Amino acid sequence: MKLNKNFDRALWAFHVNTGSCNGCDIEIVAALTPRYDVERFGIKLVGSPRHADVLIMAGPVTRAMAPRIKRIYNQTPDPKVVLVVGNCGNTTGVYYESYNILGPIDHFLKQIDPDVKIVHIPGCPPRPEAIIEGAAKAWLVLEELRGEA
Amino acid sequence: MSKCSYTLPIGPVHPALKEPTMFKFVMDGEIVKEVDVQPGVNHRGIEFIGMRRNPLQVLHLAERICGICSIVHQYAFTMASEKAAGINDIPERAQYIRTIMAELERIHSHVLWAGVAAHELGFDTLLHWTWKLREDVQDVLEYISGNRVNYAMYYQGGVRRDISPEKIPRIKEMISAYRREFQKLADAFLEDPLFKHRTVNVGVLTKKDALETSAVGPTTRGSGVPKDVRVDQPYGGYADLDLKPCLPEQMGYPNTGDTYAKTVVRILEVGQSLDIIEFCLDNMPPGPIRWEMNVNKVLMHMKKAGGEAIGMTEAPRGEMIHYVRLDPGDENVSAWKVRASTYNNIIAWQKMLVGAQIADVAIVAASIDPCIGCMDRVTVVDGETGKEGVMTKEDFYRLSVRKTRRLRRMKGKPSGGGW
Repeated sequence: MKLNKNFDRALWAFHVNTGSCNGCDIEIVAALTPRYDVERFGIKLVGSPRHADVLIMAGPVTRAMAPRIKRIYNQTPDPKVVLVVGNCGNTTGVYYESYNILGPIDHFLKQIDPDVKIVHIPGCPPRPEAIIEGAAKAWLVLEELRGEA
Repeated sequence: MSKCSYTLPIGPVHPALKEPTMFKFVMDGEIVKEVDVQPGVNHRGIEFIGMRRNPLQVLHLAERICGICSIVHQYAFTMASEKAAGINDIPERAQYIRTIMAELERIHSHVLWAGVAAHELGFDTLLHWTWKLREDVQDVLEYISGNRVNYAMYYQGGVRRDISPEKIPRIKEMISAYRREFQKLADAFLEDPLFKHRTVNVGVLTKKDALETSAVGPTTRGSGVPKDVRVDQPYGGYADLDLKPCLPEQMGYPNTGDTYAKTVVRILEVGQSLDIIEFCLDNMPPGPIRWEMNVNKVLMHMKKAGGEAIGMTEAPRGEMIHYVRLDPGDENVSAWKVRASTYNNIIAWQKMLVGAQIADVAIVAASIDPCIGCMDRVTVVDGETGKEGVMTKEDFYRLSVRKTRRLRRMKGKPSGGGW
């Protein structure tokens, strides 16, 4: 049976906290719950990166998390998109001086996959509407990767 | 310990705490025998960064220690640095606005917790319903401060934004909406037979253990210890209020210290916060909201001043302490130490988790109000066979949901105590 296009659009996301303060994490959950309700499009959080189409990452990368995000990225099946939520994950934000923060997330992902597809969502924390917009962009990227665009 | 005991590491990522945690459980079958907590993965070196910035810049860092209780970190830092710099005449109106913001945050945090607790038990309907309820208070926080999380309301000598009279009806509307829903919220949790089965006598922290481990906040109040910074050492607008620590006995439930008692405390505190906000709105004194309008002058004052002080606040999770030292002539904060409330409470985990089942670990760990959401993976090593398997957060969640279903099937039958 050929899966239709709607099936592709029901993104399954795995949420990785790479050292975030929890601000972005509660906004990601807020986007899933009834006010914003992305579950109506079939977008949901899953418990394993092996089930995911999208990795949602939030937070600056701490020393202990750096090897782990690479492992999680490698465990996610292709085609995949990374949604980097929040200023810290995009630029390290307020923590830029720290001895234990190694850098923004894309820095690490590009080391293992130079062609990594990242959707950046700035904000501290971004509003749920912004996260939904990011998810819509992730669809477009995934369609492109599958050669449907 | 029997032969078939095995070690069960959980973590390491545990995002709600300032210091996220890795657990190691020694298990005997389904029962937890020993617990070891190893924090440090989410360490961001915030205190180190803070000592390279001036007190006004540190305010923004302080509220990013935790995204859920951001206000109370900022509150404690503001109080500590004000005391250290000798800024004493904070306008009354600013004190009241600070109190209102802290209580709005307590409501959002407790309602959030209730949703997470429901999710850990497999009641996703309740999770969605409580988070829908939470959006009301988020709207008001956004209405006052302009942002849903990280409000940037406080600074040394006052607050940045006023709650003007035309804003008050909107806040009161939220209060009455919550009062209407409050009984529904209490019933949904406290009257539900399955919620009772999963929480009564689960994760018990006795009064003695609560005192020994110095647990704070709802964790200790559930055990019957009347400890609350807002009552013991009132700050801000709390001094004008006649507050009592919320204990489960006020709702007719004994102070047993189990997960149910902690839920009762949090639900009572939502009601208490509504009363505090209403009192503060009705009695808000007129006047300025800042000690000094010019921010540069505040900064210069802090640069010249020297001293050290402690700021204490009652966070949604319990007592929180910030220590600040300022040296004269040094623009930056010379020393900064934060002791967040969960730091005390994770020690109580040890008492609560020993003797619990694996299926109960999720709800017991959640009962002190950390976020268990990022339990990355768990390795199960069978001590006898040396067989290794990997358990994910999903597996844990599934075990928990399965236990709820089992209880649902057995509902009505007398409790055997063996579940």
